[in-house]
Formats: sequence, structure tokens, C-alpha cells
Amino acid sequence: MPTDFIRAFQRNRGAVFGVVVLGLMLLLAIFADLLFPTSPWDMTAAPFTPPFDASAWLGTDTLGRDIASGIAHGARVSLLVGVVATAVAVTVGVLLGAIAGYHGGRIDSAIVHFTELFQTIPNFVLVVVTVAIFTPSLFSIVGAIALVSWPPLARLVRGEFLSLREREFVQAAITSGQSTTTIILRQILPNSLSPIIVSASLMVATSILLESSLSFLGLGDPNAMTWGFMIGSARTVLRQAWWMSFFPGVAILLTVLALNLIGEGLNDAFNPRLRRGRRT
Amino acid sequence: MTGATAMEPLLEVRRLTVALPEGSDRPFAVERISFAITANEILCVVGESGSGKSVIGHAIMGLLPKPDLRIAAGAILLRQQNVVAMSEAKQRALRGHRVGMIFQEPMTALNPLMRIGAQIEEVLEIHTDMDRAQRRKLVLEMIRSVGLPNPEEIRRSYPFRLSGGQRQRVMIAMALALKPDLLIADEPTTALDVMTQKQILDLIKTIQRERHMAVMFITHDFGVVAEIADRVAVMREGHIVEIGGADDILNQPQHPYTRQLIASLPGHGAPRPPFLGQGEPLLVAENIRKSFPLASRFMGKVRRLVVADDINLTIHPGETVGLVGSSGSGKSTLARTVVGLLKPDGGRLLFKGTDLLRLNRRAFKPFRRDVQMVFQDPYASLNPRHRVGDIIAQGPIAFGENPATALAHAKELLELVGLPAVAASRYPHEFSGGQRQRISIARALAVKPALLIADEPVSALDASVQSQVLRLLDDIRHRLNLAMLFITHDLRIAAEICDTVGVMQHGRIVEYGPADKVLSQPSEPYTRSLLEALPGRNWRIPREFATADAAVNP
Amino acid sequence: MRGYMIFVGHRLFKAVFVLAAVVVLNFMLIHAAPGDPATVMAGEAGAADPLFIAQLRHQFGIDQSLPRQLLIYLGHISHGDLGFSYRQQRPVWDLLAARLPATILLTFSAFLLALLGGVLFGTLAAINVGRLTDTAVTVLALLSYATPIFWIGLMLVLLFSVDLGWLPAFGYESVGSGFSGLTRVADIGRHMILPVTTLGLFYMAVYARLTRASILEVITLDFVKTARAKGQKEWKIVWRHVLRNALLPVITMAGIQAGQLVGGSILVETVFAWPGLGRMTFDAVLQRDYQVLLGVFFVTSVLVIGFNILTDILYSIVDPRVDIG
Repeated sequence: MPTDFIRAFQRNRGAVFGVVVLGLMLLLAIFADLLFPTSPWDMTAAPFTPPFDASAWLGTDTLGRDIASGIAHGARVSLLVGVVATAVAVTVGVLLGAIAGYHGGRIDSAIVHFTELFQTIPNFVLVVVTVAIFTPSLFSIVGAIALVSWPPLARLVRGEFLSLREREFVQAAITSGQSTTTIILRQILPNSLSPIIVSASLMVATSILLESSLSFLGLGDPNAMTWGFMIGSARTVLRQAWWMSFFPGVAILLTVLALNLIGEGLNDAFNPRLRRGRRT
Repeated sequence: MTGATAMEPLLEVRRLTVALPEGSDRPFAVERISFAITANEILCVVGESGSGKSVIGHAIMGLLPKPDLRIAAGAILLRQQNVVAMSEAKQRALRGHRVGMIFQEPMTALNPLMRIGAQIEEVLEIHTDMDRAQRRKLVLEMIRSVGLPNPEEIRRSYPFRLSGGQRQRVMIAMALALKPDLLIADEPTTALDVMTQKQILDLIKTIQRERHMAVMFITHDFGVVAEIADRVAVMREGHIVEIGGADDILNQPQHPYTRQLIASLPGHGAPRPPFLGQGEPLLVAENIRKSFPLASRFMGKVRRLVVADDINLTIHPGETVGLVGSSGSGKSTLARTVVGLLKPDGGRLLFKGTDLLRLNRRAFKPFRRDVQMVFQDPYASLNPRHRVGDIIAQGPIAFGENPATALAHAKELLELVGLPAVAASRYPHEFSGGQRQRISIARALAVKPALLIADEPVSALDASVQSQVLRLLDDIRHRLNLAMLFITHDLRIAAEICDTVGVMQHGRIVEYGPADKVLSQPSEPYTRSLLEALPGRNWRIPREFATADAAVNP
Repeated sequence: MRGYMIFVGHRLFKAVFVLAAVVVLNFMLIHAAPGDPATVMAGEAGAADPLFIAQLRHQFGIDQSLPRQLLIYLGHISHGDLGFSYRQQRPVWDLLAARLPATILLTFSAFLLALLGGVLFGTLAAINVGRLTDTAVTVLALLSYATPIFWIGLMLVLLFSVDLGWLPAFGYESVGSGFSGLTRVADIGRHMILPVTTLGLFYMAVYARLTRASILEVITLDFVKTARAKGQKEWKIVWRHVLRNALLPVITMAGIQAGQLVGGSILVETVFAWPGLGRMTFDAVLQRDYQVLLGVFFVTSVLVIGFNILTDILYSIVDPRVDIG
């Protein structure tokens, strides 16, 4: 079964493109120090150097900092924040969703109302307010993003559990005496993994967008050179120096696009149009 | 009643071939099919799933799902004009006008967001110049003519207010509004309960006779064939294996496949010996009650739907008790209560004297072994991510058996149900529906139950496979002296396998007694109407082929 | 009509609970933040003024028990008192009320654009599935969906304002021009084009893809086959049967995403110096004026609830099965 899946995934050209681009970004992030040994905060060339110059391939910013270096180091922050925030959100979401979906009744009701509340309030505002109040740091940023990201996943998991709980093979497992934990772990969860995985990869993309938006507004970690920060600090000199905003934006675009394509590729590979032999 | 002779055929299909997409089990859905229908006759096209019978109907209407299926060769002549060669616009002019079609699933066949009247009117708008008033008048007439009361109310309703039977009548009204020469009915009663089925069949018969229409009726049910067909075409894997008058095909079938199909129909075997062993009852259900709250409105009174109302039932060791009823009668709810998946609102459930309903979870667990269930849907009752051997072994392992022993035991059970031991290392999707049901049975037997509950175990299977699984159940029951509670909506199947029968209606058991008495001399009017609704009940299934069914790969 | 009244009434009733929860959340944030709640509420500027802090302490009963503080806070909010901004020297509510109309104009227009544009392009793509139009729409949607809103805004400014000079780069209207009446409306309109497009583009991409997927799925359903069996023309089938059914999940999604749309206005208003709540948020963040921030949070929640009611009504218009009242 895994080989069928890999083959299906490979057939999706967009997904393959996504994997390649994401891979490049990862390499960039991992080897940032090797490629750009000086700190991205240091001045390396004359300020306002346009791109495609010998001293700085993508140009420099208002303080003479190398944009390419900023992008490489920024990749670290974005990917780290994206992955960690997603991990936290997925854990919380799966837990709450599973409990709600499996038990039903009042617990479910309570969790559903709680989830709906979070979906009614404007998420980005909550993120901004939270990070502002707790002062910006990688910790508070990851926490704030996770705080608004778990509800859709909880809904998804709840839906899956609700429908799977009534599925006949789960009912059969109940009658054969398996314990609740066994049923959740061995029967239900493996069958709900695929939408969770797809959701998670899309969530990393959204988290990166949230993180860059925060940095753009000046709410990023002050010690981290991030893509959003670079765009934000170049906002006032847009007319004179288009490259300062352009290249970091392209970096965000490529990374998020890659993650989206991978997520969709996974989705398609998980759900081939199988013939299920129903009566014709 | 055979069709009139020396008449020009209304519809003539010549060497029709429809290709399937690449990667299918076979290259053609139907291959070089030829047959004809004259006006004023009902031709039943009968076959199992995958035979291609439905494809023919869609091909005639030009409704083959593009691009998957396409007509590769052949001609379809409607009044001597080849439909296949016509432009799309010309074909559209025929659809709904000269040829009408109704489909299998009435619940999804109507646009949920459009009023009934508007949907029937649509066919008039497309093909006629009638003005609004004339259309409305005709729509009301059509609704009345298909036996629906309160035509005006129906006209303005949305589909969700109508039942399956009512929706199917609306479909018939839509298909016949412009008095087409030919009606194609693609399994229109398969999704309906037996009494509604009878009404719809009667309706179609009546209309056909009144209008001297030609009807092509596609079905898998030989009972239906016996009830309405003038002529019959038997299909198998894309070919017509036999075609002829209904009388001939039903009573003197020539082709071995037809014989095999007829032989595997339930209710034709030798009558069962009466059930003797009594003694201590194994399971006694007393006054079981269960109701569900309906979706409550904010601050409104909560209405309840009663699904089980004062149910009493007794099962003795080795006895097969059948529960018969249409959907919504509460039989599945009762089954789930007995097996411990549902807690009733009241009553007692005594297993060998212990009231199971009084036990808490821990005390109940050991009793789980004694009652096991085989479910209806073979495609949903096995976890697609587990191997077959593991699925069967999970029960014993949960009760403390050593995994290695459990797996060995599982392999033995697989052989018991007629599958090879190597099946244990395969996944469910590698097996057919009938084989999956066998696996389900093996799983249920793994914990050595005393009572086996079978909830419509063969409803989702083809006729030939049905008889094999039924025989397997009967065989196992004998060998292991199991008691069985058999749930079904099909009286014929109940007659085949049950010793005692209970008939359920609206959550109550209205009649209960030995199978042969209940099913041949019922005392309750409901039971009588159920029996009368059975299609083809006047057809005596020829018994000569009882030994003729060779093993077919299920 | 009466049914709608009951429905809206019901939703407003629920809204009160949601808003109460938001207030409690605000309260919890104030107290969870590092430092003294009074300092938090004073903001960076106010924290330097000991008199102001003392006044806040007294007003909010900081020295009392937590539940009592919550009640006092709730009491303030229910009277419309969202606090006082030291930096701006005005009550928070006044500040918000002044900025609210501009944000409503922006978000509502973007919402409309996203929904209408999304459905239009999604339908085009679905009708031409597999062909050039479909690929073009899908690719553009993918790109729009992956691009950060603030960056698109900047790039649009670069292209249309700086390079081409067609549209104004920022602001609500031409300052000091003294336009009035229709000319003023046109002027505001010109200023609206870029911000509304920026905010709407992202969600237009979402709705376009959802519409496309929804149409492609609905078209395989049984009742579409029934319509074909009646001899109906294909385009009429899409218009009469498919579209309405396909719109339902899109409307649902629009309701769910209303919150994100409103949140995104912060970024757009910052880029385009649009004088709305979002712009004020940006400034408040810079100035660490937390009272204002919390006030924005509260008011935007109200806005989102408004959008949700709107989409619910829209849904019930399209789907007669939904029981209103």
C-alpha cells in the first residue's frame, strides 16, 4: 500500500514541484550559516545596493544588510515557527476533537461551543493582541499561532471520529470486547490519519503566513531576522527600492505555495477514486 | 401475456458495444448486445451487479457518463432512427419526450432546492409551447395520476417533505408527462420497502396497460420479473445469455447461468423440519423499550421517535429466530440492544437467567463473548487497514488469548467459512462482498459465542452469493449448535433459514410464531399484506435446478 | 418575515454569549500579561504617569478579588466604556467609533468582491474543466492563496501607483481636494480599488477553488442525471440545478472565514494607510496601547458576528430546507 501511495503522489506534478521547492528552502535554512557566515544584522555592503550586484546578489536594505542572507536566515525562523506551532495545534486539536467525537453528548456539546467561539472571533486580531501583550518572542508567537490554529483541526477530527464511531467495523470491535483506548488508537485513528496529515501540512503554510504578518507589523521576535520584518522595514522606501520588499515576499510565496501543493498532493494520493464494487 | 406479433419493434438495439475505461476488469460494459422491444410490452432485463444491464438503459438515453463510458459500436434504433448517429441536440429532443427514464435512488434523484412542481414543469418547458397555466394544469393532473394525494400541496413542496415511495411516483410523473413511447426503469424499486415496491410496480403496470407503452424494466430481482414481465432478457458480464417470453424463461430456462440464478433464489428449497429442541431459553427479552429524541427546536417540546415498543422475544439454543420488517420497524435497534451496542430505555434482557441490562461495564464484558454480530455492509464491517487474520484474532486477544494462538485459530476459522488460510495475511479490499461476509462470520465465531445475531447479512449481496452465505450460516449453526437471531426485510429469506419468525411494525412485534405457520397462514393483517406484497409470489420456482448451482466465485 | 425576525433575534441572543466570552478572554489576557494589570491597561505612555495608574487601579478595582474585577470589567463594557487611551487622550470607544465606518466599507466590499468574483471564476473553471481557462484560474488561485496579503498590497501599489500611476497609493480620499457629492464618492471609489482588491484577492482564490470543486462534485449527483434525462440543455442544467446546490458549501465557508477577512483588514489598512480600525491597531501596537487593542478585538468580534448573520441569511435564501425560526 505505501508504494501505491508514493506512486500516486509522484504523478501529481504540482506536488513534486512543492517537494522540490520545500526541500530547497529546508537546505537554505539548514546551511544558512555556511552560505552566509556573517549575521544578517551586520552591514555587508553599501545601503540601497540594487540586486544582481557583485557585493550582494539580491541587493541590500536601508542599513546595508544583505537581503539574500536575510532570506536564508529568515527561512529558519519561518519553518521553525510553522512546524512547531502546527505540532502544538495538531496535538491539542486531535485530543479535543477525538474526545468530542467519540464521547458525544454533553462533553461534545461543550467542546463544540468552545471551538465555535474561537472560530467566531477574528483570529489575526487575537494573535496580534496576544503577542503584543506578552511581548514578542518566538515563544509567544508560536503560542499565539497555535492558539488560533487548533479549532479547524478539532472540528475535522471530531467529524472523522463521529462518523467512524458509527462505522460497522468499529461497532464490531466494541462487540468483540476491545477497550475504548484500543478502539481509538487501533481502529479509529489510523483511518482518520490522512485528513489530519493533509490538514497539518496546510496548517504549516498558514502558520508561516501568520508569522510573517506579525513580523510585518513589527510584532516579530526582535532578535530574529524574518521575511516579514524585512518587508515591513522596507515599506516606506517602496518607491526607491522595490527589491527590498520583493525578494522576501517571493520567498514567502514559494514556501507557502510549496506546502499547499504538497498538502493537496497528499490529499489526492490518499483518496484515489477506488472502485468499491457497489451494486450497479 | 406475450407481446403482439408482427409488429414493428419500437426500439431495436443492434450489436451495441459500450467500452469501459482503461484498467477496468473487462474492456466492455456490454458487448454486441442485440434485442428489440415492441410497443405495448414490458421487457425485463435481469442480471446481477456488473452485468451491464444498467449501462444499456443509460446508453439508450444518451446518459452514459462521459468520458468514462462510450458507445464503441452498434446502433440503437428508435422508430427506425439511429439514436447513436444523431446530433446531441436531436438526442435531447427525444429525452423526456419520446423516451422517459426513472432511476434507482428516489432520495437523491430530485433537486433538493427546487419545488416538485417546478421540476415536473421543466420537462414541459423544454419540449412544448404550453403557457404557464396549461403547464400547471398538466402538472397537477400528472401528480394525481400517479396516485399522490393533495396534488396542489405536493406541487408546492420541496422534495425533502416526501418519502422515497412518493418521490419515485414524482419521478414517474416527470418521465411520463409527455406520454413517451418508451419508459426505461432502472431498478426503480430496489431502494424501496416491499409494500411500496408493490405499489410502484402496480402503478407502472397500470400505466403501461392504459397507454400501450413499451417498458424496459431493469432489475436483479426474479420475483419482480415474475410479477410484471412479458419478455425477459438475462444478462451476464456484458452479454445477453438468454432472451424470450417470461413464461419460458421463468419455468423452463435453457441457459445454465439462468438455471443457476433461479436455483439460488431463496424460498424454493425443501421445507425446514420443525424446530424441536426447547428446554431452557438462551435469551429472553422482556418489555424492551427504546426511543430517540428528534432534533429539538430551541425552547420547543422535544418529540421522541419510538423505535422499540414493548418487545418480547425468546431464543432457545440451536434455534434461528427471524425478525422481519421494513426499514424503520425497529429490528436493527433491537439487534443492537441485544448485542450490547445500545442501551434501551426499559425492559429486561435475560441471558441464561442474568439480566444483562443491570450489569455495569466491567461485569458485562465477559458476556460479550456469548453474543456476537454479523453486520449488513460487507464493505464497512472490516477495518481496511488491518489484515484479515488480525481482524479475526482481535476479539480473542481482547479476552486474554495469546496472539499466536489466536492467529492460528483465526486461520482455522477461515477454512471453516470456506476461505483459504493464506487469506489471513491479506487486506479486506482484496476480497469480494461475499468473501468479506464470510470473514465477518469468522470474526464473530472467533470468541465462541452462543448466540449469533445476523443483521441483514446478505442484503447487500448478489442473489447467487446470497444463497451461498445463507447456506454457510445454516451449516455453521448446525455444526456448532449456535442460536441465531436473523434480521431481514425479505420474507423469502426468512422462510429459507428461520425456525421462528417475528414480524415487526413501528417498533412492535405484531406476530410471532413458528416460521411455516407465520409465513403461510398468518393471523395478523400486517403480515398478510407483507406476504401479498411479495413480487412474484404466484410463481412457483421450478425446483429441478436445486442441485444445478455449481460453485461460482462469489 | 416574522421568521427572519425570530432568527435574527435568536442569533443576537447567542451573540451576546460570544461577546461575553470575548470580554472574559480580554480580561484573562490583561491578567496573564507580564506586569501589573494597571500598567497593562495604561499602555506604554500611560505607564509613565503614576497618577493615571492610580486612577486606573481604583477604577478597575485592581486590589479586589479576581471575580469581582471581572464583574467590574463586564460592567464597564456593558456601559460602552472600553477604557481610555492615554496616548490619544480620548475614550477608546470614541476612537473606535470614528474608525469603524472605514473598516466596514473595506471589509464588506472585499467580502462581496471575494464571493462574487470567486463564484464567477470558479464556475468558469468548472465549466471548462481541463482546458486553458480552468488551468489559468486554478494556477492564479493557487498563487493568490499562497501570497501574504501585505505583500500583494505592496506589489499592487508598486505596479499601479508607482509604475503606472493609475491609482492612488494610500488614503481614503484625496486630502484637501474638497470634493463633495458624487465626485467625492468617485474619489473614494478610486482609493478603494487597490485595498479592496488586495483584501479580497486571497479569499476570492479560496472561494473560486471551492466553487470549482463543489460544481464538479454536484454535477455527478443523481438529480443532474434526472435533469439530463428530461432533455435539458447543459448550460441550463448548470444554471438551474447545479449552481444553487454548489453554492451552499461556499456560503458556509464564507461565514467561517469572515473572522479571518476582518483580521486581514489590519494588514491591508496598514499598507494603504486606510483610516480604519486596522490602521489604528497598527499604531496601538507600536505605542503599546493595550486598551485600544482590546477594544479593537471586541469591536471586530461584533463585526464578525454581523457577517455570520449575513451569511446565515444568505444560506437560508438559497436553501429552503433550512428552518428559520
